[in-house]
Amino acid sequence: MASHGLGKEQSIQEMIAKSRNKKGKKFIEKLMPIILVITALISVLTTIGIVFTLIFETFEFFQRVSITDYLFGKEWLPFSGSEPLYGILPLVLGTLKVSVIAAMVAVPLGIAAAIYLSEYASDKTRRTIKPILEVLAGVPTIVYGFFALSFVTPLLQQLIPSLKIFNALSPGIVVGIMILPMIASLSEDAMSSVPNSIREGALALGATKLEVAIKVVLPAALSGIIASVVLAVSRAIGETMIVSLAGGATPTFDLDVTGSIQTMTAYIVQVSSGDAGYGTTIYYSIYAVGFTLFVFTLIMNLLAQYISKRFREEY
Amino acid sequence: MKYIDDTVVMKRMKSRLKFNVVWKTIFLLATLLALLTLVILLVRIVSQGAGYLNVDFFNNFGSRFADKAGIKAALIGSVYLMLIIAPVSMILGVGTALYLEEYAKKNKFTAFIQMNISNLAGVPSIVFGLLGLTIFVRMLMLGKSLLAAGFTMSLLILPVIIVASQEAIRAVPKEQREASYGMGATKWQTITRVVLPAAVPGILTGSILALSRAVGETAPLVVLGIPVILQFLPDGLLSQFTTLPLQIYDWAKRPQEAFQFVASAGIIVLMILLVIMNSIAIFIRNKFQKRY
Amino acid sequence: MVELKNVNNKTNNKETVKIKTPSQLVGESSILVEKNSVFNTKNFNLWYGDHHALKDINLDIKENEVTAIIGPSGCGKSTYIKALNRMVELVPIVKTAGEINYRGRNILDTSYEVEELRTRVGMVFQKPNPFPKSIYDNIAYGPRIHGIKNKKILDEIVEKSLRGAAIWDEVKDRLNQNAFGLSGGQQQRICIARCLAIEPDVILMDEPTSALDPISTLKVEELVQELKDNYSIIIVTHNMQQAARISDKTAFFLNGEVVEFDQTDKIFSTPKDQRTEDYISGRFG
Repeated sequence: MASHGLGKEQSIQEMIAKSRNKKGKKFIEKLMPIILVITALISVLTTIGIVFTLIFETFEFFQRVSITDYLFGKEWLPFSGSEPLYGILPLVLGTLKVSVIAAMVAVPLGIAAAIYLSEYASDKTRRTIKPILEVLAGVPTIVYGFFALSFVTPLLQQLIPSLKIFNALSPGIVVGIMILPMIASLSEDAMSSVPNSIREGALALGATKLEVAIKVVLPAALSGIIASVVLAVSRAIGETMIVSLAGGATPTFDLDVTGSIQTMTAYIVQVSSGDAGYGTTIYYSIYAVGFTLFVFTLIMNLLAQYISKRFREEY
Repeated sequence: MKYIDDTVVMKRMKSRLKFNVVWKTIFLLATLLALLTLVILLVRIVSQGAGYLNVDFFNNFGSRFADKAGIKAALIGSVYLMLIIAPVSMILGVGTALYLEEYAKKNKFTAFIQMNISNLAGVPSIVFGLLGLTIFVRMLMLGKSLLAAGFTMSLLILPVIIVASQEAIRAVPKEQREASYGMGATKWQTITRVVLPAAVPGILTGSILALSRAVGETAPLVVLGIPVILQFLPDGLLSQFTTLPLQIYDWAKRPQEAFQFVASAGIIVLMILLVIMNSIAIFIRNKFQKRY
Repeated sequence: MVELKNVNNKTNNKETVKIKTPSQLVGESSILVEKNSVFNTKNFNLWYGDHHALKDINLDIKENEVTAIIGPSGCGKSTYIKALNRMVELVPIVKTAGEINYRGRNILDTSYEVEELRTRVGMVFQKPNPFPKSIYDNIAYGPRIHGIKNKKILDEIVEKSLRGAAIWDEVKDRLNQNAFGLSGGQQQRICIARCLAIEPDVILMDEPTSALDPISTLKVEELVQELKDNYSIIIVTHNMQQAARISDKTAFFLNGEVVEFDQTDKIFSTPKDQRTEDYISGRFG
């Protein structure tokens, strides 16, 4: 064991002992965790950056516009030279119109698709359809926006002649198509995680697959399904390009879905694409609107997390 | 006396079975509707745009005239942007994932970082644009440059890369780590020689998918004020540039019908780029799938 | 201060290395001479959180012997050998007290570098765990992490280790193939070879044959018999026949305590403790 004929008549342990006392190795062991913590802190800094950026610039905005006017004003006319009005409600309503239409499209279709995939489809079908849903989820929003403007709107105009070129309906439907894969896939995950023993219990009593799906699986997976819907609606609220292209730029405070609207995101795009000088009230207004949007989506995300944690089924 | 009347049960049985079949069909149709949309979208765009795909289209810069418009600057810009986003987001993302999976203790601080990441993933992309506008364009004075946009987009896809990397790292069995520690390897040696090589395929797959999201993203760039029509190619990190989605956005907005076809042609190029990236991701996933 | 302490430790180590060679000669020439102790455990206690997993362990394990540790599931036998190379520390909630002296130095001392300890005390695990690399890279892993890069030396180490683990003839033509392609028994012998490649002083084996078929088990057992000339082996086993076949000494663990530790033939023929007798006669466990 002492000598191994390894060239220099030296045992492996001796060779190891020789190369052990290198300073570099120990230094790296100490250094790497520090570098990795720093990279981890970047994501925290990003959140802090977002919150502070929005708060500071929004604060600047509220030096010029009163908070009550902003929160309760029913007119959004920032470009009116003599008397600009900054009432957020029309933008919020525009956003909600699109999101509600999107949910009306995506929730029934998404859950139906999820039930089909989880309860009826064979393994092979599921393996074919799920990747296609992934592709649908990966289509850039600019493509959906173009699709809404150049295809869905003209199509709808044939059904509803009074529909304007820019409206809430067409982007709403297309945003619904965009968030559909998200609802389908997350709901399917929730339903698939319902254990088979529960299904078998019902099937053995003579229940049909439909009865099992509706009366057993759906209630058991409900929290996961609701969480997926909340997340998807949050995505719809933050969606930008589809509504910018097909929704228009007319903030209105009514429930009409056939005419031009403006959402919070579309307003930010409108100002950014134009020439709002740095330091003007209009410049700060996009941060106020962005902050409002951020609060909306944050609440929805936290709600989704709460629902899926609080009501998580323990099997 | 029996509580259950067989004749009633049998009578109801028929309608129950019928319901089952009807609803199964409805569920199937709902699923197919989603797929049908994808088909319509693709067919429509290809039929509109294919005619405009020629050598000139790839060689021309943006233009006010539809027949002279091309995507040279946009395509090159998108590729350059990717070259910045990929290293920045992957170093930060994999670093964070390694910290959370290999070093972090299970305490409140770790839980806070983890919660922060999942919330960051839900922030609308346009808000990242506002962050980039304030921090990178104005405070760090990078201007409307490749670098400013690259940093902004890196932060946007960071949560996706972190989560994908965490999953890949977590999938490396603990027996592999034990074997390495058992030989007297240090933690960092174990990470670089055992954990990372086994996790790289998963990390790459997730990162490429995240990158393809960044390539198709428009809203943050609009907020940063990135120009939509450029007559030159970017020549450095601080140079101005434009990207495919921005160029498409500009064309789609124009009222002339001819631009609709140009926009479709642009979309075809963008989609092909995404298909290539996704294919690479799927290839890596299938090729290097580990069988532990 | 800290620097100074480290330097002292290192000189100690060298001494222990030097001591080794003569003691081996003793081992080969005469069994009458008392063998040196490799692991001397004194009043060792271990807790997983609130669970007191090992209680006042006292064991003196000698070199160039096969020491078997037997006992029912959950008796602490695996925990104990994982304490010997401090692998238990990978579980964050572990607390320890007492002493484990490896060649005269307490390994629980905070100044003892675990990497150094594990370089001398190798381990073979319950489930074969080769890396998803080539056979060659698996064996060369240890030497490489410890700074041996010379290709010729590595080649020699790989061949010697594979021969040592009695698997050279089976794999010599496919050293560049992935080790995952081998059978479970071959994988386990690759893991033993990987362990031999840094020539440890002690090899810890944690139920190394529990995942193997009978023929592979036999091969590993034969291998253990051969290795004992050059290495001290501590093997945890669930299988009493295995302990009887291959070990020189046997320790019987029950509920985190050492019930009996003696020559293997004595344990199996005339156990002193009733509980040992009950266990080896199959009344529980």
